[in-house]
Amino acid sequence: MLLKVKDLSVSRGGRMLLSGVNFGLAAGEVLLLKGPNGLGKTSLLRTLAGLQPSAEGEIILQNDTAIYAGHADGLKAGLSVIENLSFWADIFTESKRLDEVLTKFDLMAVQHRLAVRLSAGQKRRLGLARLFLSNRPLWLLDEPTVSLDEVSRNAFYKALVSHCATGGGALIVSHTPIDFEGSSKSIDLSHYVAKDFLTIEAAAFL
Amino acid sequence: MIALLSRDLKLTIRAGGGFGFAILFFFIVTLLLAFGIGPDIQLLRKIAPGALWVCALLACLLSMDRLFALDFEDGSLDLLLVAPIPLEVVVFAKSLAHWITTGLPLALITPLLGIFWDLPEKGYFWVCFSLLVGTPALSMIGAFGAALTLGLRRGGLLLSVLVLPLYVPTLIFGAEVSRLGAEGLDLQTPFLLLIALTLGALSLLPFAAAAVLRINLR
Amino acid sequence: MSLWEYANPVKFFALSGRLLPWAAGLSAACLLIGLYWGFFHTPDDYRMGSTVKIIYIHVPSALMAINAWFMMLVASLIWLIRRHHVSALAAKAAAPVGTVMTLIALITGAIWGQPMWGTWWAWDPRLTSFLILFLFYIGYLIMWQSVENPDKAADLTSVLCIVGSVFAVLSRYAVNFWNQGLHQGASLSLDKEKNVADVFYQPLLFAIAGFVLLFFALVLLGTRSEIRLRRAAAVRMRRGI
Repeated sequence: MLLKVKDLSVSRGGRMLLSGVNFGLAAGEVLLLKGPNGLGKTSLLRTLAGLQPSAEGEIILQNDTAIYAGHADGLKAGLSVIENLSFWADIFTESKRLDEVLTKFDLMAVQHRLAVRLSAGQKRRLGLARLFLSNRPLWLLDEPTVSLDEVSRNAFYKALVSHCATGGGALIVSHTPIDFEGSSKSIDLSHYVAKDFLTIEAAAFL
Repeated sequence: MIALLSRDLKLTIRAGGGFGFAILFFFIVTLLLAFGIGPDIQLLRKIAPGALWVCALLACLLSMDRLFALDFEDGSLDLLLVAPIPLEVVVFAKSLAHWITTGLPLALITPLLGIFWDLPEKGYFWVCFSLLVGTPALSMIGAFGAALTLGLRRGGLLLSVLVLPLYVPTLIFGAEVSRLGAEGLDLQTPFLLLIALTLGALSLLPFAAAAVLRINLR
Repeated sequence: MSLWEYANPVKFFALSGRLLPWAAGLSAACLLIGLYWGFFHTPDDYRMGSTVKIIYIHVPSALMAINAWFMMLVASLIWLIRRHHVSALAAKAAAPVGTVMTLIALITGAIWGQPMWGTWWAWDPRLTSFLILFLFYIGYLIMWQSVENPDKAADLTSVLCIVGSVFAVLSRYAVNFWNQGLHQGASLSLDKEKNVADVFYQPLLFAIAGFVLLFFALVLLGTRSEIRLRRAAAVRMRRGI
């Protein structure tokens, strides 16, 4: 198991959003978390990534196995494609070869272009290339296909398939369907909406 | 850490005039201060060490609110938080980069500005040297303030209100060193205290700043 | 039964409701006795004349200005370590009181200093330190104001309070180093060398007790209204507003 979540509650800004979330993710699997906007999908993902504490419940996850990609790609406009990538390669010390990653995400031709001059799709691809570079098995992705065209989307799916084939897994949060042809499960998060929005902290005042 | 440092330096330089702005600001403020005081060279010479310190301190604060804000806006701060590098190191590296692009050039340019203020001969060395020793503390304290006010409305304004009072001890010891140095007096005590302050700030404040960043990114 | 039980907001609210009238009443009594005694039934100082009587406001407020910050520091530490909401809210409630105490100490000091030293303001280490303390209070208050999420605000202000305390102490030493001033020594030394004669001393103790109780009552009051606000927010949240 790459990740197991037991009775997890997720809050944002002192308001309980989701509660009793249960699921597991094995190697080679892609799990799609669906639900309308404002439900707490991003907060759930941030909780799993360790960016915010969980309100209740348990997250079973090995250290240094997950990597998170949020709405923003974390790209520096003033750095070129290759500089952006090699920065993250330095941060994640164990990393793959840069050319391999560049080829995989079709960025070879623009490798010396500054990130500010990339198209939206290219930026997104560069952001996703960072995941591949990190060599971490569990990808936590927030709306990865936003602003990707048909071709780029297919390239992303291909990367996802090869990631899963090598023992990786991915958790994808999206409000648009992801027509991914691989072993993919999906969970509708609307089932886990918290009944009242009180966190334990807020409840202490009543 | 080296990667982070070189990235930040590269970005500041490419953004245009990274080194230049702080120095230019420093220069203009010292000029305005002299205009405000009047052309009495005896008086100017007397207050030069302290005046240069205050102006350098203000120049140090100038670009402080951008320290984490840019990384916060483009999402890289989130990514750094979950990357295999301690956030304390991130804070330290970014403060160091800030010092290299701000504190260091400010300290190095002061002898030149000292000419306008007719610094006593020994003053050139000591104003420059005390700034060299003291500005790392200023950058680090500023980084704490920047972490504290990250993502707030009016963050930049709040930053200066919060950080300037924290600058008091550094300013007092630093200005004292340069004043005593300029007058050729014994400056060992304040100088050692200034060093202690800088070392203390560099070793402890990264933890406070990182803690505050984690709270702010939740 | 442990003291920590009262860290629960509901229990604290009940207990503080019972304590508040007593604290307020006692504070008023002590202040009335101390100030009346001090102002009308003590002799004039042989050197300072009747101006010395401002001591009954100046000294207690200065004392509380520092103690309030110290209390905020302890409360912040408790919040960061044990996550008791009452602690964070008490720190928040103490801040404006401390700010006003600092302001009172500064203003009464200026009023006292003018006839004594011939100036409203001197760059004396004590005066300067209080001015810096005032700035710290203002920063702390603005920080609370600026952050919307109350728990996040509590976390941030707590760290600010701790770091601020360290820098406040550093500033105190730095300012001492910078200028040895003309302010007289502590007015209430516990050693044999009392600087203040007994005649002045006894009403001063009442005034100090009154200020301490006043601070206590105001912090209780402030904490209670903070708890009310949080309760209202919780009710709104439960209704999904």
